[in-house]
Amino acid sequence: MEVGQMQRTWVEYTKSLFMEGFLDGQFTQLQLLQDESNPDFVVEVVSLFFEDSERLLNDLTRALDQQSVDFKRVDAHVHQLKGSSSSIGAQRVKNACIAFRSFCEQQNSEACLKCLQQVKQEYYLVKNKLETLIRLEQQIVAAGGSVPMEELSF
Amino acid sequence: MNLNNGKGSMSTASSSAAWKAGDVVPDQFPAGLRVLVVDDDPTCLMILEKMLRTCLYEVTKCNRAETALSLLRENKNGYDIVISDVHMPDMDGFKLLEHIGLEMDLPVIMMSADDGKNVVMKGVTHGACDYLIKPVRIEALKNIWQHVVRKKKNEWKDFEQSGSVEEGDRQQKQSEDADYSSSANEGNWRNSKKRKDEEEEAEERDDTSTLKKPRVVWSVELHQQFVAAVNQLGIDKAVPKKILELMNVPGLTRENVASHLQKYRLYLRRLSGVSQHQNNLTNSFISPQDATYGPLSSLNGLDLQTLAATGQLPAQSLATLQAAGLGRSAVKSRMPMPIVDQRNLFSFENPKLRFGEGQQQLSSSKPMNLLHGIPTTMEPKQLANLHHSAQSLGSMNMQVNAHGGQGGQGDSLLMQMNQSQARGQILNESTGSHVPTLTSSMGQPVLSNTVVGGVLARNCLAENGRGTRYNPVSHSSSMLNFPLNSTAELSGNSFPLGSGPGISGLTSKGTFQEEVNSEIKGSVGFMPSYDIFSDLNQHKSHDWELHNVGMTFNDSHQNNSLQSNLDVGTSVLSHQGFSSTQRTGQNRNISAVGKPMFTAGDTTDHVNAQNVGPINTFFTDNSVRVKSEFVPDASCETNLFPEQFGQEDLMSALLKQQQGGVAPAENEFDFDGYPLDNIPV
Repeated sequence: MEVGQMQRTWVEYTKSLFMEGFLDGQFTQLQLLQDESNPDFVVEVVSLFFEDSERLLNDLTRALDQQSVDFKRVDAHVHQLKGSSSSIGAQRVKNACIAFRSFCEQQNSEACLKCLQQVKQEYYLVKNKLETLIRLEQQIVAAGGSVPMEELSF
Repeated sequence: MNLNNGKGSMSTASSSAAWKAGDVVPDQFPAGLRVLVVDDDPTCLMILEKMLRTCLYEVTKCNRAETALSLLRENKNGYDIVISDVHMPDMDGFKLLEHIGLEMDLPVIMMSADDGKNVVMKGVTHGACDYLIKPVRIEALKNIWQHVVRKKKNEWKDFEQSGSVEEGDRQQKQSEDADYSSSANEGNWRNSKKRKDEEEEAEERDDTSTLKKPRVVWSVELHQQFVAAVNQLGIDKAVPKKILELMNVPGLTRENVASHLQKYRLYLRRLSGVSQHQNNLTNSFISPQDATYGPLSSLNGLDLQTLAATGQLPAQSLATLQAAGLGRSAVKSRMPMPIVDQRNLFSFENPKLRFGEGQQQLSSSKPMNLLHGIPTTMEPKQLANLHHSAQSLGSMNMQVNAHGGQGGQGDSLLMQMNQSQARGQILNESTGSHVPTLTSSMGQPVLSNTVVGGVLARNCLAENGRGTRYNPVSHSSSMLNFPLNSTAELSGNSFPLGSGPGISGLTSKGTFQEEVNSEIKGSVGFMPSYDIFSDLNQHKSHDWELHNVGMTFNDSHQNNSLQSNLDVGTSVLSHQGFSSTQRTGQNRNISAVGKPMFTAGDTTDHVNAQNVGPINTFFTDNSVRVKSEFVPDASCETNLFPEQFGQEDLMSALLKQQQGGVAPAENEFDFDGYPLDNIPV
């Protein structure tokens, strides 16, 4: 695939992610922060997000698996996941976390488990999308082109 | 943009420039601003770092609060501003905030994904200079330099103002005193209290010198020297001049020591508040406070932190607090008064304990933490002292007296107050001049005790520093009267401690918030006793720090129930005849104290003794808050500490009462029938 086409694909794909709510303005901020001095910034941050989130999701699964659930702890984890997902712009994950927290407050185990499933689902979805996006970017760069960030003016 | 690289070098160069001195801003400013970012979330941390670098700031990041603290301690002048997350696993962000404020006095910005009003308010009360909601945008970070500039500007201003207002304040104070004695009006009283506070503050400033002085950085070593000197002298007798002599540090002025001492006392007070050591009349201010307020102690601890956070309680306060805790014995010696007797008098022990317990949860560990940076030897002991359940206000008072390092008189007053507590009438007597209200309401010994305790404590606190100001405090004998409810009152000094210890605790807290100047009007009925104090002590305008405490409570009105309780207290306070409020009063007082806070809260039921439960939380919050707000200015004499302390104690006392269900009968509001709602704000 030639560079131009890859770039167009990239633009379209990115736009769709925004349209579908997977990503929000915060992600754009991250992309804008990337520059020549730090060309892998977005990749680094996203990788960090993946690591951190998976750890949190594991903690959450464990916490909710207990006989007597420590909702404070669960809430703390969800809060953190909410913070990091919002920082990276993973909007749907963040929204799922918000709902999750309200059930934590109510100390509703059943609902919390459902929310956890929801969060996990959203997380894996966005992870998939971001990985695809990054792959595209790497292909563009490998082909000698540059990622057309400026086209993200929507 | 190759700003990063360029900025790195640029910032390094500029950051070490005059920028730090505060008088000359480098051309590249705000580029080169040295920022320390603390967040346990690695994703956020990385993003923030990048954003800050993009803003041309020099960034240091760490993911643990402990790391941040040690970085800051190692290099006190190495950072200009700190940005910290609220929720962190190893240490609460607010606690870190307090530490930084206390030890380094740097501007701190809190951030969190949590944008709930309560959390943001907590940031405010703890002294954060800003609160950012995650996800943080780079635009929000671009302007953080303003906080650094503002802080430096205020520091200079403090110095400059020291000498100018003195005259006016002195006179004002005197007239206010007269006002106090003559007018039975709460309103007037409050106003005068407020004025007095201002005066006191101004007076204190005077001491610090009219000249601009370069800011003294209280390094760990310096602080240790300071604490050693204070301990050597004994918290009660630790006056800036002597401390200065003992320390023998070239270039250090009496004013520097004075302001640091003030902060230290506050800190100690907080510490003692955390550990209920009611019986610890010990050391100076802080201990007494804690002792009496048992429950408050926990709050106190928090308060200290808060105070610390706000930078008001420099390490000194912590040390002082520690000293205070240890100084229990010291206090005792000073107070001939049968503090012990007083303790017995306070029936509200239970409530206090309860309160303390509640607080303890919150702050149990806090005091310790506070001491982290403060290399005071007294630490363990003090804390231990502090943790005694504040048996009686007496102890508190004692402490307060001790506190009155500035004026030994404070102690005597305390003692008197203690005594009067049992009697209640004493309050009347003392109030003679100021608090008209106290007279009858104090009927209930228990209440009075608590109130007195609180008041006394407060007074003492205030007294210590302020001497004169206590009067207002005594007015609050009716603790309940404490105009906490009405924010207006709070400003005055009314320290709504009126009702029981719990209230006192609250009030103290609240007042702190207000600003040291604002005397705690509400401080509760004790007023009468305070009068004594004020007479004895140098009447520094500082009364009230207690007020602040009260005020803070309002803000924090965390618990509705508390609020309602507090409301009760407030009403009680307003009445002046706070005695009646006892339990309820206490609650009320609490509310009164925390008037500002409560009003915010929507507590409908005023006098709910049952609400005591939440009170703890409330108090804790308050205590925390108080802390942060409390040290309005470095120039404040140590009096500040005592006051704060008193409040806390009072509060805790109040709380205790409430919780302990201490004589439900006490709850009756005998006060003149000021409807809670009528509390003039």
